[in-house]
Amino acid sequence: MRELIRKLVGTHGPSGVEDQIRAVIRAEVEPLADELRVDPLGSLVVRKRGGGGGQRILLDAHMDEIGVMVTYVDEKGFVRFTRIGGVNPLNCVGGRVAFADGTVGVIAVEEKREDTKKVPRFEQLYIDVGATSGDDCPVGVGDAAVFVRPFLAQGTRLISKAMDDRIGCAVLVETLRRLEHTPHDVYFVFSVQEETTLSGARTSTYGIEPDLAIAVDVTGTGDTPECRPMAVKLGQGPAVKVQDRGMIAHPLVRDLLVRRAKEANVPYQLEVLEYGTTNAAAMQLVRAGVPSGCLSIPCRYIHTPSEMVDEEDVEHSVQLLLEVLQAA
Amino acid sequence: MILKALLLKALSEAVGVSGDEGSVRAVVIEAVREHVDELKVDALGNVLVFKRGTDEPSASPESGGQRLRVMLDAHMDEIGLMVVGHDSDGFLRVRAVGGIDPRLLPGTLLQVGPERIPGVIGVKPIHLLEEGEGQKVPQLKDLVVDIGAASKDEASKLAPLGTYAAFATQFREIGPTVSGKAFDDRAGCAVLVELLKGDRFGFDLHAAFTVQEEVGLRGARVAAYAIAPDCAFALEGTIADDIPKDKDASPTTALGKGPAITVMDRSFIADRRLVRLLTDTARELKIPYQFKQPGIGGTDAGALHLARQGVPSVTVAVPCRYIHSPVALLSMDDFENTVQLMRQALSRITWRTLRRN
Amino acid sequence: MEVIPLLKQLSEANGIAGYEEPVRELLRQKWQPFVDEMREGKLGSLIALKKGTGADGSAARQVPRPKLMLAAHMDEIGLMVTGVEKGFLRVARVGGTDRRVLLGLEVVVHGRRDLPGIVATRPPHVLPEEERNEVVPWDKLFVDVGLPAEEVEQLVAVGDLISIRREMVELKNRRVAGKAMDDRACVAAVTLALDQLAGVRHAWDVFAVATVQEESGLKGAITAAYGVAPDLAVALDVTFGKHPGVSEVDAFPLGEGPAIGVGPNFHPALVARLKEVAEIHEIPVHIEPIPGHSGTDAWAIQVSREGVPTGLISVPIRYMHQPVETLAAQDVERVGRLLAAFIAGLEADFLDRLAWDTTVEGE
Repeated sequence: MRELIRKLVGTHGPSGVEDQIRAVIRAEVEPLADELRVDPLGSLVVRKRGGGGGQRILLDAHMDEIGVMVTYVDEKGFVRFTRIGGVNPLNCVGGRVAFADGTVGVIAVEEKREDTKKVPRFEQLYIDVGATSGDDCPVGVGDAAVFVRPFLAQGTRLISKAMDDRIGCAVLVETLRRLEHTPHDVYFVFSVQEETTLSGARTSTYGIEPDLAIAVDVTGTGDTPECRPMAVKLGQGPAVKVQDRGMIAHPLVRDLLVRRAKEANVPYQLEVLEYGTTNAAAMQLVRAGVPSGCLSIPCRYIHTPSEMVDEEDVEHSVQLLLEVLQAA
Repeated sequence: MILKALLLKALSEAVGVSGDEGSVRAVVIEAVREHVDELKVDALGNVLVFKRGTDEPSASPESGGQRLRVMLDAHMDEIGLMVVGHDSDGFLRVRAVGGIDPRLLPGTLLQVGPERIPGVIGVKPIHLLEEGEGQKVPQLKDLVVDIGAASKDEASKLAPLGTYAAFATQFREIGPTVSGKAFDDRAGCAVLVELLKGDRFGFDLHAAFTVQEEVGLRGARVAAYAIAPDCAFALEGTIADDIPKDKDASPTTALGKGPAITVMDRSFIADRRLVRLLTDTARELKIPYQFKQPGIGGTDAGALHLARQGVPSVTVAVPCRYIHSPVALLSMDDFENTVQLMRQALSRITWRTLRRN
Repeated sequence: MEVIPLLKQLSEANGIAGYEEPVRELLRQKWQPFVDEMREGKLGSLIALKKGTGADGSAARQVPRPKLMLAAHMDEIGLMVTGVEKGFLRVARVGGTDRRVLLGLEVVVHGRRDLPGIVATRPPHVLPEEERNEVVPWDKLFVDVGLPAEEVEQLVAVGDLISIRREMVELKNRRVAGKAMDDRACVAAVTLALDQLAGVRHAWDVFAVATVQEESGLKGAITAAYGVAPDLAVALDVTFGKHPGVSEVDAFPLGEGPAIGVGPNFHPALVARLKEVAEIHEIPVHIEPIPGHSGTDAWAIQVSREGVPTGLISVPIRYMHQPVETLAAQDVERVGRLLAAFIAGLEADFLDRLAWDTTVEGE
């Protein structure tokens, strides 16, 4: 699974430009799918038919990642940009970004600032791709780039950019691989545009009309120095979401996840997240409502280029999902 | 005055604050009724029109035997004020409908209610200001509208609670540019009318002149649900911030440089295939175009792209200086080029355009 | 039906957003005698149908009959356990809970069993000067259930709910104060209307909906409106009652009637009808101008599917989102009467009157 994770986190796929990551995931899942389609906004929908008598279950992981978009190229070839999703300028300076065609740029900050101790604003940052003029600059307005940072495994900790939410994608792919039998009609959705507007999951869910939906995404932890209080810890098992800023998990889905975890002795934690939300917030509101919940993979340093998860948590997430899908 | 400016004048001078778009609706219906196959007004007040396409339902695998359905959207509503109280001496207390900039209100001329009663907003004379008071922007909650009423009674009869007020600005032709109120989004409405006036396209054209964009993209949302299109274009009057400034790291748009195409704003990310269709068309036909600065603003496309199973969408806009102010300015060349670009791009659109690699 | 005992029952029932079961079950009993069918929405809203008679007066034939949706939300704000530390509970809010009113409040922690608790913080004597006049931030606020830490660990888990414990009190002049009057006051008004409509013929199918999760984003209304697919809707919620410190133009006096919303969220012809019915039946009403988001279920319902002409009737309450929400019982009764009269008088072809200002052709 580590190789799969390495491949997924290393692929380009900022919100709205998910073609490359979709192709990579598609290659992984196509042989395993009973049906496969790309829906109108670009989400990849994979269906695994059930043995009968089950429910229609949607599992979602978003394949888009945060990034930056070019807003202007000046006459000297320096590139101004804005963020795609929740990028913090604090994590930008000195970083590198890669465009879809492989062009790499360095993020720098203007030297003349009023207060150099303050976190710079995006207007004070620029990308240098090594161009000598606007004319020979290989990127243009609207082009999107993602952070560059190599994947690293150290003990059981896995560190990379885009763990949010390629780790969820990896969990879904692996679950699909190991899924031998299920009574349920299962839809694996690799959704687009989560980081900006939760658009992909919402529209895919409309098309699928599931009986219940589970988003598989990362969540924050409360186990780092001087962090906000939170009960979730890295390596203590996947977290079953109770509530976040955008949604209250449906008790049915929450209880189902807890019950299966207990039955199968898979470690789990309960999660109340006081900031941020996931695709479950959008999925629950589709049509007449979809009982929705979230299985979260604890992750430190979310939305930085070095997001850290624990391999055990990832493995346990797969096990728990298999328990959920294989039981009646 | 050139003919197209006449249409824009009629649209601009019509009053249609969000939720009260009746006068604009009347102008729109008058302008398009002879050019469309079907027209209806929906539950929220959107004008939905249909113009059948000429293509034989395509045999391409994406089509499912259906003619492509393309939705064009422009919103009819404008920002304004609403009467929420009456002072004992006849002044009106107001609140904003949509994104009003309080810096622009002092000294403004308004039209209040269906009778278009003239009203003004004044502030404390400069002679009477306390130390430092002149530096502060008066907030809307501290301002009153004066319609000349002499008592609370008279004020509440002339402008009952809930009465809408709009800027009162006459349309002017300045030269290559025109000025007036509500170009956001009457400019888009005018572009859409021009597109409906022309020949039929190959696809089935569904156009929505929508209500309540300024208070949350509400008309577009229900219109897109009803139409269920295969792709959508929001037509707008957008921000041009090209006046002199100390530093301009990322220009928004500029007047005279052609229609502005949105790649991403706060409400949505444009579909790359539609962006490419527009830019390829513009380049080949040498129609000027520009990208709107990514990441700012929001349009009806934010609602359109979320309809049902999702709708690939893009926004194309006429750059306008001073939108959301009593008087905006746009270039008729940009307007013409927006109509041209849209017409040409639409004439090339097929099922193939929406194919993914 | 007596309004004050009904308000008491509804106010004291628990039903934090996302977990509305107790109040839903109470309401199921209350509505049972008056409606033809009841079901639960996918997110837990209670959807009750009282069938109409259609144009020809016979419920059997004219199908489908036009559908009116009444929406009042039954959820309330509350707290949730986010962690257990040395036997004290860390909490987060569910919905727009106001931390200024939490200190010293008695609560019920819904753990393995219900535990009485107190919202606690450190006493002023030991605080640095600058903190004494500050509203206590969430991370310094705990719930104390008065049990040894080991026992608390056994009984309470992350995600457990905490309800505010408050009995309704009757003030002078038929005014009452309690928790969750937002929006149980309107749930009571809908109940009164159903009671008054018993045995009354009406053309439209009436869907009385007690929505869930209004306090966390109008979620019950969004989904229930899609499920019901009404032709017309009236949302019922509370608005600000007048008291010192609240601006004149934002608030309404208690006991002088409900408010009818005007603005982009509301269809003008429906507003006109509601005003007309109030006038005919001598029910005093106020007009409440709302220039944008009404912050109520009406905002969600209006944009459901292809769009729904929507109205809003609001009961003025003081001290919103505090455990002493205060209102005049007369105003609740008036909303009940207004709704019943509106429904009884709704013509089978009322939809035609909602056509906008221009001639319509084509489809």
